[in-house]
Amino acid sequence: MKARVHVMLKNGVLDPQGEAVRHALGALGFDGVNGVRQGKVIDLDLADGTTEAQVAEMCEKLLANTVIESYRIELG
Amino acid sequence: MKAAVLVFPGSNCDRDMAVGFERAGFDVSMVWHKDHSLPEGVDIVGVPGGFSYGDYLRCGAIAANSPICRELKTHAEAGGYVIGVCNGFQVLTETGLLPGALLRNAGLKYICRTVPLVVATEDSVFTQGYEKGAEIQIPIAHHDGNYYADAATLDALEGEDRVAFRYGDNPNGSARDIAGVLSENRRVLGMMPHPERAAEPAHGNSDGKAMFDALTAALGQVTA
Repeated sequence: MKARVHVMLKNGVLDPQGEAVRHALGALGFDGVNGVRQGKVIDLDLADGTTEAQVAEMCEKLLANTVIESYRIELG
Repeated sequence: MKAAVLVFPGSNCDRDMAVGFERAGFDVSMVWHKDHSLPEGVDIVGVPGGFSYGDYLRCGAIAANSPICRELKTHAEAGGYVIGVCNGFQVLTETGLLPGALLRNAGLKYICRTVPLVVATEDSVFTQGYEKGAEIQIPIAHHDGNYYADAATLDALEGEDRVAFRYGDNPNGSARDIAGVLSENRRVLGMMPHPERAAEPAHGNSDGKAMFDALTAALGQVTA
């Protein structure tokens, strides 16, 4: 089974890389890009039967730093 | 007095830190990240700068989950002393031994230069060799040194006098100019600037030496 974990900086935590991307898009002539937030996608190849709770534990312990990041799990 | 310096794949300030301890009179052991124990009777553990595990995932995240860091946590939780510099500070926040996190520098650039630091407290074995309010010159070399914690945590750190150093001229966007923080028991220090790179005349600057000397003064008494 597969799981996909999305890790994003929490709202309110400044994302200087996202800001730099936003400026670059503006410089390329793309108007109206009001905000860019950059995150990570982590694909996991898991043994069958792995539960969402176990993936959440992986996120809490390693994949995300919950001081600054939030995560979302897609099982598929 | 015994010091141990942790070595991860990608550490590059481990020997500098070991020399800092040695010159101050410590008996120093280097401890590999796969080891499952610290040398017996270690007073202080140094977590050095560098790029542990290539900064994969997040700076310090993989190191924080290495076998030796479980021992590091046990050491700290038993009241042992720990200093983490640069990547070592990132490791200490990732282990949860220190609050907050280190984000990408606000200006997005890797910054490598000597900066003014203001000593924010004398109340620790690390900073008691300085006068509160004194300005010292210490090098920084980092891409992810932008200290972040939520407002309640920052208020608590300030209320408990746990900010060790502040930047004189904030180079990286750190919240409230914070360059280094102490644990609740004041025995764990994490800081982005590198005192071990400014610890003797040959470095061209020895403003960091007072930290190692203060550790000798404090921990020498403990051991004796």
